[in-house]
Amino acid sequence: MNLAERSGLDWPDVIYSIFRRTGIRQVGYVPDAGLSRLIKLCQSDPEIADVVLTTEEEGIGLAAGAALGGQRAAILMQSSGVGNCVNMFSLAKQCRLPCLIFVTMRGEYAEFNPWQVPMGSITDACLRLCGFLVYRIEKAEDVADVVAAACDISFDSNQSVAVILSQRLIGRKRWNN
Amino acid sequence: MLHRREFVKQLLVDRGDLLAICGLGSATYDVAATNDDGANFYLWGAMGSASMVGLGLALARPDRRVAVFTGDGEMLMGLGSLATIGVKQPLNLAIVVLDNRHYGETGMQPSHTNSGVSLIDVALGCRFKEARSFGEVEETPAARKMLYAQPGPLFIHARVDAQEIEQVLPERDGVILVHKFTERMRAGRRQA
Repeated sequence: MNLAERSGLDWPDVIYSIFRRTGIRQVGYVPDAGLSRLIKLCQSDPEIADVVLTTEEEGIGLAAGAALGGQRAAILMQSSGVGNCVNMFSLAKQCRLPCLIFVTMRGEYAEFNPWQVPMGSITDACLRLCGFLVYRIEKAEDVADVVAAACDISFDSNQSVAVILSQRLIGRKRWNN
Repeated sequence: MLHRREFVKQLLVDRGDLLAICGLGSATYDVAATNDDGANFYLWGAMGSASMVGLGLALARPDRRVAVFTGDGEMLMGLGSLATIGVKQPLNLAIVVLDNRHYGETGMQPSHTNSGVSLIDVALGCRFKEARSFGEVEETPAARKMLYAQPGPLFIHARVDAQEIEQVLPERDGVILVHKFTERMRAGRRQA
């Protein structure tokens, strides 16, 4: 039985509990519907500085600054935001700083909006080209193990690491029309 | 108009345990030319990120003052980060923009500030506690006082000459720069 099943927690709660255990103190994000619960959990934690960003690439700078100061950071974004970051990723790579990002997918499963498909379909390849280790999660039962492993290798081995939260895991976006 | 290197030198004299993040190009050369043995982190790329690296560092080290030195072109590429800093209101962060109204690294093409775009107005609109423009040598002590004594977030806008001056190139390898910075950050703490 995994952590989610034992505790009856939803996957955002599982990720948040791993943030706590890993000692993540800064969480930067551009909001996404799929990330809303995780963002709320981070905002309500006085030990975590939650930083709302105007664009995802700001988060890569934020994480580098946090690492220079000895803190751990995680950056949350939708798949469309990965494309915004491409040149900024060089900061983590060139300086061999940890860069841990969580990407909620759009444009791959039951997608309603065709504009999400072009970036969604290249998100994984794009991250790999940029030198990321990429861990994709399809099922809630895998969240605890994979997220913990991603945190470990990012911070202990100073790696750029992306955890991809698939659109199937997040569920269909509900449209109010 | 201020001489950029002289202005930076005056700001960094007796810097105590101030931490510096330097945007790519001339701002990096200015800091390296005047105080390369300080706790400086030089960006040689990732244009537009200097202010955000400063924010991450300032949040991680609330016990230290953090100054970001950068140029108008680099600042313009990360304009949104001023809004992000305005939301977080870090007391220990100052952004120092050395505005020569040109892209110095690429052949002195005019930047947006050359057409009257005001970075001070942007900073004030983004809720910086104080944003001031300096253009005369006599004002340098006031800029120093602002940097070291006032609560942030602060925006120091320096109107500097656009003449090209000697490039002073510090270390470029990112891993070495990180290690130099963190070592000096710790050493600065011991002295302070």
